[in-house]
Amino acid sequence: MYDENKENIVSEEYKKYLTSHKRFRLAIRVSRIVILIFIFVFWEVAANNEWIDPFIMSQPSKIYNTLTSMAKDGSLFIHTGVTVYETIIGFVIGTLLGSLIAIALWWSDFLAKILDPYLVVLNALPKTALGPIILVWIGGTTKSIIVMALLFSIVVTIINVYTAFRNCDEDKIKLLKTFGANRKQILQKVVLPSGITTIISTLKINVGLSLVGVIVGEFLVSKAGLGYLIIYGGQVFKMDLVMSSVLILAIVAAVLYLSVLWIEKRVLKMM
Amino acid sequence: MDKVVDVVDVSMNYHTLEGETQAIRKLNFSIANGEFVSIVGPSGCGKSTLLSLISGIIMPTSGKIFVNGKEVTGPSPSVGYMLQKDHLFEWRTILKNVTIGLEIQGKLNKENQEFVEKLLKEYGLYEFRNYYPKQLSGGMRQRVALIRTLATKPDILLLDEPFSALDYQTKIAISEEVWLILKKEKKTAILVTHDLAEAISMSDRIIVLTKRPAEIKSIHNIQLTCDFRTPITCREAPEFRVYFNKIWKELDVHV
Ligand SMILES: Nc1ncnc2c1ncn2[C@@H]1O[C@H](COP(=O)(O)OP(=O)(O)O)[C@@H](O)[C@H]1O
Ligand SMILES: [Mg+2]
Repeated sequence: MYDENKENIVSEEYKKYLTSHKRFRLAIRVSRIVILIFIFVFWEVAANNEWIDPFIMSQPSKIYNTLTSMAKDGSLFIHTGVTVYETIIGFVIGTLLGSLIAIALWWSDFLAKILDPYLVVLNALPKTALGPIILVWIGGTTKSIIVMALLFSIVVTIINVYTAFRNCDEDKIKLLKTFGANRKQILQKVVLPSGITTIISTLKINVGLSLVGVIVGEFLVSKAGLGYLIIYGGQVFKMDLVMSSVLILAIVAAVLYLSVLWIEKRVLKMM
Repeated sequence: MDKVVDVVDVSMNYHTLEGETQAIRKLNFSIANGEFVSIVGPSGCGKSTLLSLISGIIMPTSGKIFVNGKEVTGPSPSVGYMLQKDHLFEWRTILKNVTIGLEIQGKLNKENQEFVEKLLKEYGLYEFRNYYPKQLSGGMRQRVALIRTLATKPDILLLDEPFSALDYQTKIAISEEVWLILKKEKKTAILVTHDLAEAISMSDRIIVLTKRPAEIKSIHNIQLTCDFRTPITCREAPEFRVYFNKIWKELDVHV
């Protein structure tokens, strides 16, 4: 238990430490922004002075023009929306299905032993190679893209979550057994709750992997989404469009990651 | 007095791919109602195995165990088990930790809830009921673990080195407290420990086991002359050292 009186008295030294720490963090933040501004300014100047070929390198002012015109005709939001939608669906299904399969493996040691080599190979296999197969099997639809997103995240989820379940403290399980707990109760009361932190940390990996799957899917299906814009722009040599789409994609990736981080914080606080 | 625990010709072998381990061989003893019995023996000799057998979470290779006259065929509510570490669940509050056994046995009714709250009040933990385990000290956590065990109202408590993870001072204080609680609640207790002084100070009887496979080497009835016997006061009894030296020699510890 802590002493409340102690907390209020802050020594001069400690104040100094806090200020210097704050200054350090501010310096880091400012440096990050300066680097970003520098890159864009240098890119613009280099393109204007023809140090680099703006036709293949594009340039910030053109990217800006592309983005504003895309925003005006609404295509920016449609394509971004499609990519985000597919990613979220793939991510949610991949995480839920992966966790369910992990539960099944934990439940049946026999099943886990049988599937082990398959999981290892599936995990090592570059999922991109399966793209054309899925395209042929399912067709050039959103469904194919979501399946791609799922493929990218599900194997990692199964392996990580199952490992977390396996690492559950044997003595905690023994404790529940002394009360006469059955397998379902052991799963409910100790294995799932102690695995929840791992499940949540795989969310962070999964959201990125799902996005990779979605982009690969959109490359192949080529109908809509940021992946489609990138591949289309590349084919017709519209580098402004490619660069604009990549920029939006970077923002989408960051926002998705931060959202998961936010969910993680909320869930961990609830526990 | 009635036998509450009766171990008859019990042997236990573990089978793994590395081979067969004979942990316990032809063990026979019984424990009377209200008795406090300690089991000491070299580490790895099969003490934890013996407690697991009595609790019914594993079955003997041969022989039988009776608790309250009934053969053990699985975990039973009349036996409570306290492990070496407290194993409190970090994601549950103290109250929710204490009631986990009742929850599993489907007995979390109003009456038992009140019983648990009474225990928490009596043993100074009620005001911490909404705290999380990491906010409590090691000694308090072990007390919570004891109340968790008592919550399901077992007649017999199995204690597997429950104090060995605590520092020396806490260990003395908590073992005193646990002993008083168990006497007050009139429980039969079997304590496994490697701390000989702890065993002598707490027990009515000490069973010394041989090294693996465990057999009974000797049994000592502990009689100490002291008024108001508690584990701490009886450490001053003149017989204490005598028992200590005798059992120490039997344990045959080579350093
Ligand atoms: N689940 C198990 N499988 C195989 N061997 C085991 C198992 N549990 C314990 N043993 C073996 O049985 C012997 C006795 O173990 P244990 O009862 O834990 O000893 P103690 O509690 O006296 O230190 C040890 O040699 C140990 O390696
Ligand atoms: Mg042991």
